[in-house]
Amino acid sequence: MIHAVLHEAKDTVAVAVVEGIKAGTDLNAWIMDDDKIIHVKAIQDIPIGHKVALKDMKTGDTIFKYGEDIGKVVADIKTGEHAHVHNIKTKRW
Amino acid sequence: MAVVSASTTFRGYRRDNGRVGVRNHVVILPVDDISNAAVEAVANNIKGTIAIPHPYGRLQFGEDLELHFRTLIGTGCNPNVAAVIVIGIEEGWTKRVVDGIAATGKPVMGFSIELHGDHDTIMRASKAAKELVHYATALERVECPISDLWVSTKCGESDTTSGCGGNPTVGNAFDKLYTLGSTLVFGETSEITGGEHIVAARCANDAVRERFMFMFDRYQDMINRWKTSDLSESQPTKGNIAGGLTTIEEKAMGNIQKIGKFCKVDGVLDKAEMPTGKGLWFMDSSSAAAEMVTLCAASGFAVHFFPTGQGNVIGNPILPVIKICANPRTVRTMSEHIDVDTSGLLQREMDLDQAGDKLLECMLATANGRWTAAETLGHREFVLTRLFESA
Repeated sequence: MIHAVLHEAKDTVAVAVVEGIKAGTDLNAWIMDDDKIIHVKAIQDIPIGHKVALKDMKTGDTIFKYGEDIGKVVADIKTGEHAHVHNIKTKRW
Repeated sequence: MAVVSASTTFRGYRRDNGRVGVRNHVVILPVDDISNAAVEAVANNIKGTIAIPHPYGRLQFGEDLELHFRTLIGTGCNPNVAAVIVIGIEEGWTKRVVDGIAATGKPVMGFSIELHGDHDTIMRASKAAKELVHYATALERVECPISDLWVSTKCGESDTTSGCGGNPTVGNAFDKLYTLGSTLVFGETSEITGGEHIVAARCANDAVRERFMFMFDRYQDMINRWKTSDLSESQPTKGNIAGGLTTIEEKAMGNIQKIGKFCKVDGVLDKAEMPTGKGLWFMDSSSAAAEMVTLCAASGFAVHFFPTGQGNVIGNPILPVIKICANPRTVRTMSEHIDVDTSGLLQREMDLDQAGDKLLECMLATANGRWTAAETLGHREFVLTRLFESA
């Protein structure tokens, strides 16, 4: 089963594509562009559609998704944590 | 075998100006807010007509007024419309809309309420509308090449599955249609923010790129003039955020998947302007679903691809809106709204090529006359874009 997807190997977050991912679940994350599976353990619950961090990130770091800059880290994030508006903000507007 | 090729045809309504429609509406169109009551009365009297009420048209001026006329006239000119009754409070602006639509060669008649009142206007317009329904229902569908079908796209209530599944499905279908000489459009200017370099790189030449960046910067200037925050909960919307989208850059990258991997951006349109040639066009437009789809209809597009993640339920009075969804929860909880389920993409149960073909099959069925989910559910959202206050 695929639990999460990412676009490019460079991406630092993946998207949960199944419902009910609980903390402690080992996730199969599919890199769509490379058709490769990587593994990450969720350390928080991840709702469907929400992002899980694929590496440890510090405040000020850039988040990559689609291989592109999609915003900045505003609170440190650990691998496997839920990554969303509480720890990521836009660099625009 | 490919779902669409150069020899693919569909059965549509060919209008006098050569454009092809997939619906055959007789529209009762108000010029202004205070003519809605008469318009709705006529549509109630004469079956087979459709009223398109709206809240504007008084004391608008300048560019905002030009956009109002362009949108109303464009709606009447759309090839999905067979004939039009226009009703306005006074004669002058009513005639302006009638004359604009008449340029297509289709039957259009105008009625103004002043010096007559609602009763007399409704009676005369109803008699005329009855004749137009007889005219429209006698028209027959004819075989048309696939390249005669104009297709627009705009996504809504997106979530992260839109960027992974729903929007790339549209992109795959757009790549296939583009090579067949179709006329295509995308837009949502604010929703390119963070991915403008990608769209700019896809522009066919420097002139197009310059025009695209002019439209992009113009929209950014408007946002910077009025904003009181980083727009979070407006753009991205609260629904987008609930669905897992965090920033405008992330949303923009998902949005851009709709233009596929190969299409070039061949031209740029202002709001409700009509394309002058084949290819993919960028139209400066709001990212609000009903506003953008209304502009696509006014620009002459005949079928619309609308990917959604969290489940936007929009339709349009004259433009069939095909919903595509890759979120398995939305497909399960809101199935009556979804025309094309591509949730299998995210489990590798289907590939992008198959998803694009599934959408194109639905497009052809819709073009041949099958109703979309939004049509069966009666979604007829018609929302005029305003640029500034009335005088």
